[in-house]
Amino acid sequence: MHGRIPPVEHPTANSKVDAPVIQFEHVSKRYNTEDAPALDDIDLTIDDGEFAFLVGPSGSGKSTFLRLLLREDKPSDGRIIVNDKDIAKMRRFRIPKYRRKMGSVFQDFRLLPEKSVTQNVAFALDVIGAPKSKVGPAVEEALELVGLTDLADRRPTQLSGGEQQRVAIARAFVNKPPILIADEPTGNLDPTTSLGIMRLLDRINRTGTTVIMATHDAAIVDQMRKRVVELVGGQVVRDEARGVYGYSG
Amino acid sequence: MRRLSLAFREVRHGLFRNFTMTVAVILTIAVSLTLFGTGLMVRSQVDTMKDYWYDRVEVSVFLCGAASDPVACPDGAVTDAQRQAINAQLTSMTGVVEEVFYESQQDAYARFQQQFKDSPILENVTPESLPESYRVKLVNPEDFAKVAAAVGTAPGVEQVQDQRKLLERFFKLLGGLQAVALGIAIAMLLVTVLLVVNTMRVAAYSRRRETGIMKLVGASNFYIQLPFVLEAAIAAAIGGGIAVGAIAVEKVYLIDQVLEPSFRFTAFIGWDEVIRIMVGVFLTGLVLSCAAAVLTVRRYLRV
Repeated sequence: MHGRIPPVEHPTANSKVDAPVIQFEHVSKRYNTEDAPALDDIDLTIDDGEFAFLVGPSGSGKSTFLRLLLREDKPSDGRIIVNDKDIAKMRRFRIPKYRRKMGSVFQDFRLLPEKSVTQNVAFALDVIGAPKSKVGPAVEEALELVGLTDLADRRPTQLSGGEQQRVAIARAFVNKPPILIADEPTGNLDPTTSLGIMRLLDRINRTGTTVIMATHDAAIVDQMRKRVVELVGGQVVRDEARGVYGYSG
Repeated sequence: MRRLSLAFREVRHGLFRNFTMTVAVILTIAVSLTLFGTGLMVRSQVDTMKDYWYDRVEVSVFLCGAASDPVACPDGAVTDAQRQAINAQLTSMTGVVEEVFYESQQDAYARFQQQFKDSPILENVTPESLPESYRVKLVNPEDFAKVAAAVGTAPGVEQVQDQRKLLERFFKLLGGLQAVALGIAIAMLLVTVLLVVNTMRVAAYSRRRETGIMKLVGASNFYIQLPFVLEAAIAAAIGGGIAVGAIAVEKVYLIDQVLEPSFRFTAFIGWDEVIRIMVGVFLTGLVLSCAAAVLTVRRYLRV
């Protein structure tokens, strides 16, 4: 499967590696003043082209971390530097442009049931005003990458969970974002299917895309041997370059 | 352009997806704007009548005659000297009095004959039983008191009567009507705004999947919100169009064909005023609906 798919051309593929692309500096997030903070003084740097797992029990702050990164929320304290810009200070009207540089994939796929596979992927380009001449080829390329060219006219309801997640990944990647965020992308999938999704994310990562993935899936983390950041109670308790899941709770 | 055409596709989609809701919004807007317009027409009509009547009201200075009340006229009928003195007094009041004209008993009788053409009452009236009078047209119709003070107690004057007083009761009634009409109109506008707000909330909720994905992939606020606001604008335009048509019908059938022939004693509002009201009503609907949509959608679809 690996060999059949042509390599993806990527704008950042040849750029300098190891430059920090995401920096969390003393980031805290409190939703409620009485409760314990969701994130507590996080210091973390993710380099360009890195693949990082975010692990930890429910409520450890993984989702908050990703929400802040997507700028769905602002940190209570600290700075989040993405591509040399503090996104906490970013003006509201600049947020959409910022998000065009981030692909995101979720546990529940978030596809539009009344649209075909092609239309679902094209939607991401349509709504940011991409010219029609570019949408068609970009969608085709993305579907080829995820191996769904043959199912392009199906509806999401006619696809398996793994196929649906591939559509979601194609949509997230169709705009060639330098950063891909995956929140429990294998949460609804069986182990074999999950492995296929991980191979796909790995391949996307190899094109130079920074991938950050929150997961509960110990088997996958152990198998991939990538950087593992473990959060507990909103704090980073472990950060290993080639880690395992390790969390026993 | 492509973005716009895509946005319009969304609008069409949205309008038909929630067809019954759309119809409800359009009809509510139509009904409330019609009532609003009718309220404005009633107001204009009352103003027109006020202008018409106040332009014609006079202060009547009735002079003593054979049939006068002896308490007001202890010296009997008015003399030539008294008459001249009263006339001089009235005409000297520049700035208050615009015009003074004299109505003799014969003139009064002629007018009476005209007014009660077919009435048997005419047989009992002679010129001598009607008072002669000075009809005073005022610069400002509210200056009645000044005239009354100047000539009210002058010898030869039986009574000074302000026609405006008679009208004021009538206008008070019409003013109440005006207030009720406008009150209903404003309540209906409020209902419209609330309905649009609620409809937009439902629409935003039912399309949260799309809008959520739009946010994630970086669609601009404008692009996400535009279809909702356009939907509200289109509903308001259709509803406003219906309301404008209804107002035209009111003007053509109610005013021109029913009211005007039956009530010849007053003027009615003309097309210039009706068209002004139509434009005002249409724009009010459009602005209110769009504003309600923008505020709601901004709140519920915030990036």
